[in-house]
Amino acid sequence: MADKPEIDEVTGIETTGHEWDGIKELNKPLPRWWVWTLYATIIWSIGYWIVYPAWPLATDYTKGLLGYSQRQAVADSLRQARAAQAKFVKAIAETDIAAIRSKPELLRFAVAGGRAAFGDNCAPCHGSGAQGAKGYPNLNDDEWLWGGTIEQIYETIRVGIRADHDDTRSNDMPKFGVDELLTPEQISDVAEYVLSLSGKAADAAAAKRGKAIFAEQCTACHGEDGKGNQELGAPNLTDAIWLYGGDKASIVESIRTGRGGVMPSWEKRLSPVVMKQLAVYVHALGGGK
Amino acid sequence: MAETTGGRRWLSVADGGAVLVALIGAGLGAMLAAKGSDKVMMLHGLILATACLVAAFAVLYSGFRRPVYASAAGADGAEAYMDGPVRVATIATVFWGVIGFLVGDVIAWQLAFPVLNFDLPWTNFGRLRPLHTSAVIFAFGGNALLATSLYVVQRTTRARLFGGWLPWFVVWGYQLFIVLAASGYVLGITQSKEYAEPEWYVDLWLTIVWVAYLLVFLGTLVKRKEPHIYVANWFYLAFIVTIAMLHIINNLTIPVSWTGTKSYILFSGVQDAMTQWWYGHNAVGFFLTAGFLGIMYYFIPKRVVRPVYSYRLSIVHFWTLIFLYIWAGPHHLHYTALPDWAQTLGMTFSVMLWMPSWGGMINGLMTLSGAWDKLRTDPVVRMLVVSVAFYGMSTFEGPLMSVKAVNSLSHYTDWTIGHVHSGALGWVGMVSFGAIYCLVPWLWKRRGLYSLRLVEWHFWISTIGILLYITAMWVSGIMQGLMWRAYDELGFLQYSFVETVEAMHPYYIIRAIGGGIFVLGSLIMAYNIWRTVRGDESADTAEQPEVAAAPELRAAPAE
Repeated sequence: MADKPEIDEVTGIETTGHEWDGIKELNKPLPRWWVWTLYATIIWSIGYWIVYPAWPLATDYTKGLLGYSQRQAVADSLRQARAAQAKFVKAIAETDIAAIRSKPELLRFAVAGGRAAFGDNCAPCHGSGAQGAKGYPNLNDDEWLWGGTIEQIYETIRVGIRADHDDTRSNDMPKFGVDELLTPEQISDVAEYVLSLSGKAADAAAAKRGKAIFAEQCTACHGEDGKGNQELGAPNLTDAIWLYGGDKASIVESIRTGRGGVMPSWEKRLSPVVMKQLAVYVHALGGGK
Repeated sequence: MAETTGGRRWLSVADGGAVLVALIGAGLGAMLAAKGSDKVMMLHGLILATACLVAAFAVLYSGFRRPVYASAAGADGAEAYMDGPVRVATIATVFWGVIGFLVGDVIAWQLAFPVLNFDLPWTNFGRLRPLHTSAVIFAFGGNALLATSLYVVQRTTRARLFGGWLPWFVVWGYQLFIVLAASGYVLGITQSKEYAEPEWYVDLWLTIVWVAYLLVFLGTLVKRKEPHIYVANWFYLAFIVTIAMLHIINNLTIPVSWTGTKSYILFSGVQDAMTQWWYGHNAVGFFLTAGFLGIMYYFIPKRVVRPVYSYRLSIVHFWTLIFLYIWAGPHHLHYTALPDWAQTLGMTFSVMLWMPSWGGMINGLMTLSGAWDKLRTDPVVRMLVVSVAFYGMSTFEGPLMSVKAVNSLSHYTDWTIGHVHSGALGWVGMVSFGAIYCLVPWLWKRRGLYSLRLVEWHFWISTIGILLYITAMWVSGIMQGLMWRAYDELGFLQYSFVETVEAMHPYYIIRAIGGGIFVLGSLIMAYNIWRTVRGDESADTAEQPEVAAAPELRAAPAE
C-alpha cells in the first residue's frame, strides 16, 4: 500500500498517495466553472434573502426590501380577480334570471361562469359534457324531470333532489316489488306495457294486462297517457329517453325498487349568482324551454 | 468469540447472548400474538415470534455445527471478510426490487384504468402506493445500500465487520422490518406520512436495527487497517447517521395502546408538515443520494480500474452537500401555510445545492478519463455511467423545480412524479444494478456474470422504459399544470379538474408501458443473477473484463 504520491500514467496527474482496495485518487484541483457556478448560486441566494423574507429571528423574521408577503399577494390577486368580474356579478345579482338571456354581454359572462362552475361541481355526476350517465340525467336533451324553464332549472339546483333542504324536490315512486305492492308477474306485465308506450315491440297480451295495472297504480303521477308530470317529477315514459335504461330488465328493476336518485342542494355551497350562471349555462346547453 | 476445538465448536458468549435476545423477542412476539388489541398486531406478533425463533435456532445450529460467523483466519493470518450478510442483502435487493417495480407498474395501470383495483381493499391505490414506494426505496434501495456498504467498508478498511452476530441481525432484522411494514400497508395500517407510513412499533423495530447498523459500520471503521477513511465510507456514514436522526424525529408518535397498531403524531398542522418534508426531502438526500454516491465512489473506479477524478472535489462536494441538503425540505411546501421565510430558505438552499450535487456527477463521469472505451465494451460500466448522467439530470431538475415560479407550475403535477422517477429509476436503479452486477461474481467467487449479453439487454430495455416514463410525465405534468392555471378572458377557469384528468389518460398508458418495460429488465437481471449464483458457466466469460471476476480468480491482481 503505497502512501507516496505517484503520477497517473494516463492523465499525467499526481495521485494523493492514498490507496483503498486498489482505488486511488487524483490530486486534481476543483473545476473552475464548478467553483464559480457554486459562488454564483450563493451570491444569488444572498441577494434573494435581502429582497425577500428569509431568516427567522427570535420573535420575527427578516422581511426583505420588497416587503413581499405571499398571503398579501394571494389576497391582492383574489381582489383583482373579483374586481375584474364585479360589474357582471353585480348585474347578474340584480337581474331577474329570465332577463339575463336577453342581455348578450351578461349572457356571455353567465354561460362562461356557468361552464366553469359546472365543471367543478356538476361534472362528476352529469359528465364534463353534461351528457349524463345511467342514473344521472343528460342535460343536453329536452327531457326534463322537474321542468326545463330557466327558473325551474335554477330551483332544482337550489333545493336539490331528495337533498338536505326543506324545499327539496322529491318524487316518491313506490318500491312496487321491494314492498310487495305488486307481484313479480304484475311488474313484468307493467314493464311490457311501458315498453309498448315508446313503441318497442312487446308481448301484446302481457302489455294488455299491464295496461290495467298501470291505470290503477301509475297514472296518478305518470298520467293516463304515460307522458309524466313535471310538477311531480314524474318522467315521460313515451319518449324513449331513459334515466335507468329502457330494456325490460331495467324497467322491471325501476318498478321493483322505485329508484330515487339524489342531487345535492347547492344553496349553501354556491352563491345565488353562481347558481344563476349554472342555470343559464344548463338552459343554454340545448334543451332549455 | 468462538472457541474451536478440533473442528467442533461450542457456544460462545456471543452465541448465548444472541439466543437470549432472540428468545426475549420471541416471547414479546408471542405475547402480542395472544393479547394484541387488533388483528394486525396479533399477526405481526406472530411474525416477530416466528422470526425470533428461527433466528435462535439458526444461531444454535451454527454454534454447534457450522462456524458461520467464526473468524476464519486467512492464509496471511488476517481476518477473512464477513460476506454472508452481504450475500443475503444482495439477493434481497434483487428480490424486493422486482416486487417493488411490479407493484409500481400495477398502480400505474390503476391510474390509467381505475377498475384494475378490483374493488378490493387490499389492492386499492391507497394501500398499494406506499407498498410500491417503500418496496423500492427501503426494500430495494435499502438492501442495495446494506449490501454495498457492508462490502465496501470491509474492503476499504481491510477489516472484518465488527460485532459478531450483529451484521446478521442488521440484515435479517431489516428484512423483518420490510415484511412488517408491507403486510401492514396491505392490511390498512399506516400513519399516513409519506415515505414514513409504518406505524410506531415497526418504527421502533427499525430504530433498533438501524442503531445496530450504525454500530457495525462505525465499529468496522474504528478497527480499520488503513490510515485514511475512503470517501465512499464518508457518504455511507453520513447516510446512516442522518437517516437515524430523520427517522426518529419524524416518527415521534404517541401510541393509543402498547398492544395496538394505532398512534398519533406528536406534531400537528404546519409544524407536522414541515417535519414531514424535512424528513421526506432528506430521505431523498441522504438515503437516495448520499448513500448511493457511496456506491458510485467504490464501484465506478473499481470497475473501470481508474483513480477517482479529484480527491479535492470529493471533499468539497461531500461537505457542501451534507451542509446544504438538510435545509432544502421546505421547497416541498411552497405556497402553503408554511411561512414565507421558510419557503425562501428551502428554495435558495436547493439552488445552492446544484453544484454540490454535480460534484458527485463530475467525479463519477470524469473517473472514466482514460477508460472511455469501456463504455462501448462493458455494459456494466455503461449502466453505472448512465446512472450518473441521470443523477446529473435530476439534480439539475430538482433545484429548477424548487424555484417558486417554476414550482407554481410543477407542484402537485405529474412533473414531480417524472422527476422522482428519473432519479429513482435512472440514478438509484441503474447504479444499484451496476453494483449488483459487479458484486455477485465477486461474492460468489465466479469468473464473471452468467451473461454479459443479458446485461446489455437489461441496459437497453431499462433505458427505453425510463425514457418513456419520464417523457410521458413531463408532457402530462406540464400540460396538467398549464391546464390548471388557464383562465378565459372573463376570468373563469378554462378547464375543470375532470377535464385535466381526461387529458392525462394517454400519458398514463405510456407511463405504465415504460414501467412495464423496466420491470421486464429487472426480471432479466434476476435471471442472470440466479444463473450466476448457481455457478452456471457463462457463455461470454472471455468477453468480460478481468475485473468482472472475483478477486481470487483474476489472472493478475489489480494491484
